[in-house]
Amino acid sequence: MIAANLPALQVVLPLLGAVLCAFLQRGVWAWGIALVVSVAMPFVAAGLLIQVLDGGIISYAMGGWEPPIGIEYRIDVVNAFLLLLVSVIGAVIMPYAKRSVEKEIAPEHQPWFYAIYLLCLCGLLGIVITGDAFNVFVFMEVSSLATYALIAMGRDRRALLAAYQYLIMGTIGATFYVIGVGLLYSMTGTLNLADMANRLEGIENSRAVLAALAFLTVGISLKLALFPLHVWLPNAYTYAPSMATAFLAATATKVAVYLLLRYFFTVFGASIIFTRLPVAEIFLILSLAAMFGASIVAVFQDNVKRMLAYSSVAQIGYITLGIAIANKTGLTGGIVHLFNHALIKGALFMAIGAVFYQIGSVKLDDLAGLGKRMPITMGAFVMAGLSIIGVPGTVGFVSKWYLGLGAFEQGWWWLVFLLVASSLISVVYIGRIVEVVWFRPVSAAAKRAKEPPLSMLLPTLLLVAATVYFGFDTSLTAGIAERAAEWLLAGIR
Amino acid sequence: MADFLIPPGLALIAAGLLVPMVQGRARSVLLLAAPLLTLWLIWQVPDGVVLSFEFMGYVIAPVEGDALSRLFATIFAIMAFGGGLFSLNRDNPTELSAAFVYAGSAISVAFAGDLITVFVFWEIMAVGSTIVVWCGGGEARRAGLRYAAIHLLGGVLLMAGIAGEIGATGSTEFRAMQPDSIARWLILAGFLINAGAPPLSAWLPDAYPEASWSGMVFLGAFTTKTAVYVLLRGFPGTELLIYVGLYMVFYGIVYAILENDIRRLLAYAIVSQAGFMVSGIGIGSEIALNGAAAHAFVSIIYMAVLVMSAGSVLYMTGKRKCTELGGLFRTMPLTCVCAIVGALSISSFPLTAGFVAKSMIPQGAADENLMIVWILLAAASAGVLFHAGIKFPWFVFFQKDSGLRPDDPPWNMKAAMVLFAFFCIALGVYPELLYALLSSPVDYVPYTGAHVVFQLQLLLFSGLAFFLMLGWLKSTMTITLDFDWFYRGLGRALQREFQIKGSAAWAAFADRTYRAVVRFLETVYRHHGPQGVLARTWPTGSMAFWITLLLGAYLIAYYL
Repeated sequence: MIAANLPALQVVLPLLGAVLCAFLQRGVWAWGIALVVSVAMPFVAAGLLIQVLDGGIISYAMGGWEPPIGIEYRIDVVNAFLLLLVSVIGAVIMPYAKRSVEKEIAPEHQPWFYAIYLLCLCGLLGIVITGDAFNVFVFMEVSSLATYALIAMGRDRRALLAAYQYLIMGTIGATFYVIGVGLLYSMTGTLNLADMANRLEGIENSRAVLAALAFLTVGISLKLALFPLHVWLPNAYTYAPSMATAFLAATATKVAVYLLLRYFFTVFGASIIFTRLPVAEIFLILSLAAMFGASIVAVFQDNVKRMLAYSSVAQIGYITLGIAIANKTGLTGGIVHLFNHALIKGALFMAIGAVFYQIGSVKLDDLAGLGKRMPITMGAFVMAGLSIIGVPGTVGFVSKWYLGLGAFEQGWWWLVFLLVASSLISVVYIGRIVEVVWFRPVSAAAKRAKEPPLSMLLPTLLLVAATVYFGFDTSLTAGIAERAAEWLLAGIR
Repeated sequence: MADFLIPPGLALIAAGLLVPMVQGRARSVLLLAAPLLTLWLIWQVPDGVVLSFEFMGYVIAPVEGDALSRLFATIFAIMAFGGGLFSLNRDNPTELSAAFVYAGSAISVAFAGDLITVFVFWEIMAVGSTIVVWCGGGEARRAGLRYAAIHLLGGVLLMAGIAGEIGATGSTEFRAMQPDSIARWLILAGFLINAGAPPLSAWLPDAYPEASWSGMVFLGAFTTKTAVYVLLRGFPGTELLIYVGLYMVFYGIVYAILENDIRRLLAYAIVSQAGFMVSGIGIGSEIALNGAAAHAFVSIIYMAVLVMSAGSVLYMTGKRKCTELGGLFRTMPLTCVCAIVGALSISSFPLTAGFVAKSMIPQGAADENLMIVWILLAAASAGVLFHAGIKFPWFVFFQKDSGLRPDDPPWNMKAAMVLFAFFCIALGVYPELLYALLSSPVDYVPYTGAHVVFQLQLLLFSGLAFFLMLGWLKSTMTITLDFDWFYRGLGRALQREFQIKGSAAWAAFADRTYRAVVRFLETVYRHHGPQGVLARTWPTGSMAFWITLLLGAYLIAYYL
């Protein structure tokens, strides 16, 4: 009974949890509920992944209404993988959240914070799990509205502006998305993604369908912060509460990438996207622009959270590069980087959140000498930083390796140089932090700092350990990514 | 035993990381014991793949033993010991730590059974050696930056090549290849950069002399010889290497003869010695390959003696120019004797290590009927005598009296020099010790009448030439070999040559490039810095404008 209804549980549990939290008075109780829900999620997701790996696609008719009329939850290797990723990040971050939220959010707002967080989780999981184009839009709005609120709860007053700007941008993105879906609906008469894919056959060259694709591409690109539509991201990540930044950086953009994969490969099909249309070329250029432009900006940042935010924009470039390479190896690289980058950025933002918890600042100058006061936290930060660079033995290397191999298969060996060259830029910005943290005399702000409480330290270390573990044992990550890539490229249409 | 084998290279790297944590006597013990333990571990490695695991579906074999690996690993470990002994009184834990990590990575490369392991330790070597250069202080900072830039470039080439090779063949195994695809050319280029091959040879004489008196002892031994090892393993018999090697030989000799700075002179000698080995690899016959391996082994030993004696002179006097030194034999007799033994050895004088190893490569050329190559190599042997064999000891220890009266260096430096000078003689007298280590059986007998006579003739005549030309050499030497020398001595043509290739010119070129880069970075900063267009917070309206623009662009792109 439970096994058959896992798809529904994945979304309904956080929704119920959010409602419960909203009724509570005390932050601790709300945290408890959020913790229980978040920890349950990975088990649900793992159950789904196992079912998919064993038995193929799961189709779940929500409320008993059969697809294509009713809403279908449709789970294959790709979104089962994403579900696991999002829910694991959520589960790891919850123990960390307690102390961090106590420090950064006013007590009367804490239950709301957890309620909003659960809504956001619910929305993200919903986008991934559903097989219905309009349902995606609904969940996208749920998660987006929750995200705006999460960002606005940051202590810095600039958080309000950041949230406002993201609200405008996100709304435009969502509008574009819904316009695209509307156009597709007018052409095919269905909202079910799998059904839509079948009915698109033969009319894929019509103007309306191409316009729909353009609207979808731009709308989703906004959500995933693909250069040059990334401008909302740095401020949002910088001023949001630490826990929200870590969670969003690790999950939100990844879910948007998933949505892009879903439309490109499942609905429209690899053949149209890559042979008929210049999507690969456009994505190649934008990805490279992100990898270099954003990385260089990151080098000059004085606020570490902002530096990491720009680094995120650059890393998203690697993921979309995998889409642009568009052969099995390259796409595997993109998908595996999606997973790996979630781990890395989660770990980095959690470490820097712990720093904020202790010294109340994330300015680079205030971090001087912190390596002597918080050696474990900063050691974890450096390990995750090595992953961003792509040092062998870390997950970052695995991603870049597959991307490089994919580029070679495509005959683009110049791209391999660019891959390595852009990694060198990340050496500079990570190196800058290492130099300040370990080799400068201790700053006034860092004087009395000590290691954060274990509830914050252990989750961070867990993610860092994962970045090393999956750097050696790639059978789970790269193995599933490879199956996902194979499946996407085969095109079920 | 093989079941729980410790990778020897990693043992030395671990010791290197321990160095900063211990002090005083404990550090001395660590510096001496770690290389010996490593040496013992090296000899526990049996033939074949000892250690391997799966990584991303590829087989990684960090330890694969065979005679060639053990030969190089052995000399690297001996060198680490000698370097450790020589630097016992060097009070800079960073340099010693980096040097041991650097040596351990070189040993790891020697045992690497797959390309990924090669790449990983290749990069650690680059990092370790850069830190060693940096520890020289003063001018070394900028030289170290130039050094790091070149090695990063080499690393990029190598990484791209290895990715391509694995993508094409599906195998990570490190085996002999021919440069017949882009990927393999890239690998070859990455290897050659570290060997000091043209057109980038100048990084070596640019960076090494700027390292400290102890740092250069390590630097001179590992980078180029590791490159020789991987070429030996990866590209034996690639004809191009003959000519690359010959170029390096003569490049090194010509500039060493003209050089005034004794440490830079030795750096050029390192390039020319590596050139002999590279051309031996290019010839590719069994005796030539054996010769290249043997040459690498002995050249580490005699270069160590020479670099140590130059280091001792620098340590005691603070000077390193031929024109400022001279007559030191009175007060530094032991250093003088060791330097002479090293000098005789590098000139392959009979009864020294050079004699029993260095003639195998020309013999290989002769056997393959490569007449011109043989003549050039023989001529080069005479040239080696000229700069390293006579010029170095003559100008430092004899010649005029410079008025300097330094003592011999502290005991540990003396001990290291004596030990390596002893190796030079011992291998010369008992060549079987060396031949037993080589990978294929040697049926080469060095001490034949003809060979001894030929070598002595070569040496005596070029020795004679040296003293006949001494007047001319001195007149060039009295002028410090900086830029002004070019205007007087050899005229404009040679000056232009120097500006392209001389290491001084290289430094100027690199600095110009550096300034250009700084200017470029300033431009980048304008656009990407905190107030740059890409980094500042955009007004919401212009964000929306860009979205619309992009939508339009996509629509056009899709419709076309």
